[in-house]
Amino acid sequence: MDLKRLFKPQTMAVIGVSLSNESNPANVIYNKNHLRYQVKAYPVNEKGGLVRGETVYPKISDIPAKIDLAIIATKADIVSSVMAECIESGVGGAVVISGGFSEAGFTNLQNRIVSMAKEANFPFIGPNCLGIFAPSHMDTFFIPGERMVIPNQGRVAMVSQSGGILVDHMAKCALEGVGVSLAVSIGNKALINEIDMLRYFREDAGTDVITFYLEGFDENEGRTFVLAASACGKPVIVLKSGKTPAGSSAVKSHTASIAGDYEVFSSAMSQYGIVEATDEYEIVTFAESLCCYKKTIKGSIGIITGSGGHGALATDTCLSHGLFVPTFSEAEQAELRNSVSPSIRNIASFSNPVDLTGSSTDDDFVAAALTLSRNNNIECIIMLLLPYIPGITMDLGARLNLVYQQEGKPIIAYVPHVDKYNMLIEGFTLNNMPVAHSVEDAVHMAEAMKRYRPC
Amino acid sequence: MLNQEILQLLTEASARGWLMEPQAKEVFRLSGLDVTRFLWTEDSQEAIRFAVKIGYPVVAKVVSPEVIHKSDVSGVVLGISGDKQLGEVFKEMGRIKGFQGVIVEETVRGTELIAGMKMDRQFGPIIMLGIGGTSVEIYKDVAIRMAPLREQDIESMLMSLKGRPLVEGYRGAEPINVEALKKMLLAFSSLVMEFEGRVGSIDLNPVICNASRCVITDARIMLTGYL
Repeated sequence: MDLKRLFKPQTMAVIGVSLSNESNPANVIYNKNHLRYQVKAYPVNEKGGLVRGETVYPKISDIPAKIDLAIIATKADIVSSVMAECIESGVGGAVVISGGFSEAGFTNLQNRIVSMAKEANFPFIGPNCLGIFAPSHMDTFFIPGERMVIPNQGRVAMVSQSGGILVDHMAKCALEGVGVSLAVSIGNKALINEIDMLRYFREDAGTDVITFYLEGFDENEGRTFVLAASACGKPVIVLKSGKTPAGSSAVKSHTASIAGDYEVFSSAMSQYGIVEATDEYEIVTFAESLCCYKKTIKGSIGIITGSGGHGALATDTCLSHGLFVPTFSEAEQAELRNSVSPSIRNIASFSNPVDLTGSSTDDDFVAAALTLSRNNNIECIIMLLLPYIPGITMDLGARLNLVYQQEGKPIIAYVPHVDKYNMLIEGFTLNNMPVAHSVEDAVHMAEAMKRYRPC
Repeated sequence: MLNQEILQLLTEASARGWLMEPQAKEVFRLSGLDVTRFLWTEDSQEAIRFAVKIGYPVVAKVVSPEVIHKSDVSGVVLGISGDKQLGEVFKEMGRIKGFQGVIVEETVRGTELIAGMKMDRQFGPIIMLGIGGTSVEIYKDVAIRMAPLREQDIESMLMSLKGRPLVEGYRGAEPINVEALKKMLLAFSSLVMEFEGRVGSIDLNPVICNASRCVITDARIMLTGYL
C-alpha cells in the first residue's frame, strides 16, 4: 500500500464539517488546516452551504481538485459509505477520526471498512484516533491549535496507539527542543498498524528515529514488529503500558508462569536492540540522544565537570544504569593535566570524573573534551556545565560542537534548563547535539546508545 | 528433527494435556539432548537392581498423571545411598495420588539451571534460561529471548544472570561447560521452533551443568491449550 498521499498530502477534504457548530471536531480540523497549514483543505457536508465564507461541498466528488487525504469525522454508521465515496473518487487515503468501532464493541462495523479498504488498496489510519500531525504541513488532531504545544520540525517520528499520550509526548518534545518529522495516532489500528508505520518510516528520508507508544500486539505481531524494527536501520524506541505482572498458577509450567506478557515484551525488545523507555520522559530523552548519535556503545563514559558533587552524582547514576566510568591511568591524567590552563592544573582532579573546579574557563572544558575525544578507552563524554561558574560563557555549546564535528565522539551536555542559559543550550541543540535538563537525564542519553544495537 | 517417535509421544499425551517426566525426557533424548540415565518402574526389586548397576547414590521421583510439581508432594528424593533406603522410598511414593511408578536415576552434581520454552501469543516461541531448582519462581533469576536463539543470545543470557558466578565457578567450584550448555540450548531452540501449534510450554528443570556436561535431569512438556 502506498502511504505517500496519506502522509504527505497536497489536498485534504474534511468530511462531516458542521454548518452551525464551530466546536465540532471536523470544524476544528478544517479551520486549523485552512488557516495555518500548507495543505489545501476543503470542507464537506451533504447540505452544502458556507463555512467561514468558504464553499462547503455536498460530496467529495464535487470538490474541483484531486483529493489526497480525506478526514472522516462522521458518525460511525455512515463511515463505510463515506469511505466508499472516497475510493470511488480516487482519494489517496483517509484518517478515520470517528469512534464507535471495535473499541465500543462494534467489531463488525470495523471489519466492514477494513475489508473494503483492503479490496480497494485504500490506506486509512484509525478509526478512533487523532490521526496525523506534520509540522507546518498539516494537522488532523481535533484539538484547537491554541491548546497544543507544538514541537519544531525535526527528525523524530512518533507513533502512538493513544491520541492523548501522543499530544502529551509532543508537548514534552517541544519543551526539550526535540523536533518531530511526523506524529501519528493510530487508534484502533484496524488497517495500518505499528508494523506498517515502521516500514513507512524506514523509507522516509525525513525521519532518523522512530518512537512508539504501545499498548498491545495482536497474535504474533510482536515478533513481526521486533524483526522489522531491528532490520529498519534506524533507532526504534518503545514505551509500553499494561505491564500486567505474570500470574502464578500451580498447573502452569515455571516458564509460563515467569515469562509473562511484559517480561517477554521487554526481553524481545532488548534482544534486538530496540530501546525500551520506562516512562514518558525517557522516551523523549532517548529520542533526543539517538537523533544526534545513531551509534551503539558498550558503556564506557568520561565525565567532565566543574563541580565535584555533580561529577560524583553522575558517576553513581552511570553505575546504576549499567555504564562504567573507568579511572584514568597516570599517563591519561598527565595528558589531561597538561591540556588545561596552568592556573587549574594543581587544583583540578583528572581521574574521571575530571573535575575542572569553579576556577575553570571555556578553554579548559574545550581542552579536556578534546583530550577525551581522542582517548580510545572512552566512548562517550558527559559534560556537566554549570553556568554559575564565572569562567563559563554562553559560547561554550557552539565551541564544544566544533570538538564533536572534528573528533566524532558523542558529547552529552547537562545544562540547567532555565531561560537565561538558552543561548548556551542552543549552542548545542541548533548544532544537533543533545542537552540534558538534569544529571540523570544526561546519563539516560548515554544509556540510550548502550541499549541501541543496529543489526 | 521432529520425527515420528516424538510426534507419537506428543499425541499419546493429548488427552492429559501434558507429558510426564519419562515421556518428556524421551522426547529430548530422541532429539539428541543429554538426559540422565533412568529407569521407570513400578517394581521396587527392579529399581534396586538398576540402582546397583548404575551405582548409588541415586535419585527417585514419583510418576503420576495427577502430579505436575513433584516436589510439592514429597515426590523427589535425592541422595539415596542403598537398597534398604530405596525400598522405603518406593513404599512411601506408592501412597502418592495417581502413582504410576518411580523413576530411578543417576545422581548428577553441578549447578542447577532451568531452561524453558513458552509459546507466546504476541512473540511466538520464546526461550528462558536461568538459575533453576524449586525456588525459581521466588528469585526469578532468568533471561528470556525470542527463539530461534543465536549464539550471541546465549552469551548475553548468561551475562545477565545475577547467579552468573555460579556458572563461572563460585568459591572453588569448576566453571560449567559453557560449550555443552550452548549446544544443548541451540538444539532445544531448533526443536521448539517445530513445536508451534503443538506445545504450549516446557520446563527443563533442573538442567544440571558441571565441568564436563549439561544434562536434563527433569522435564515437563505442556501441550497447546493446556495451562
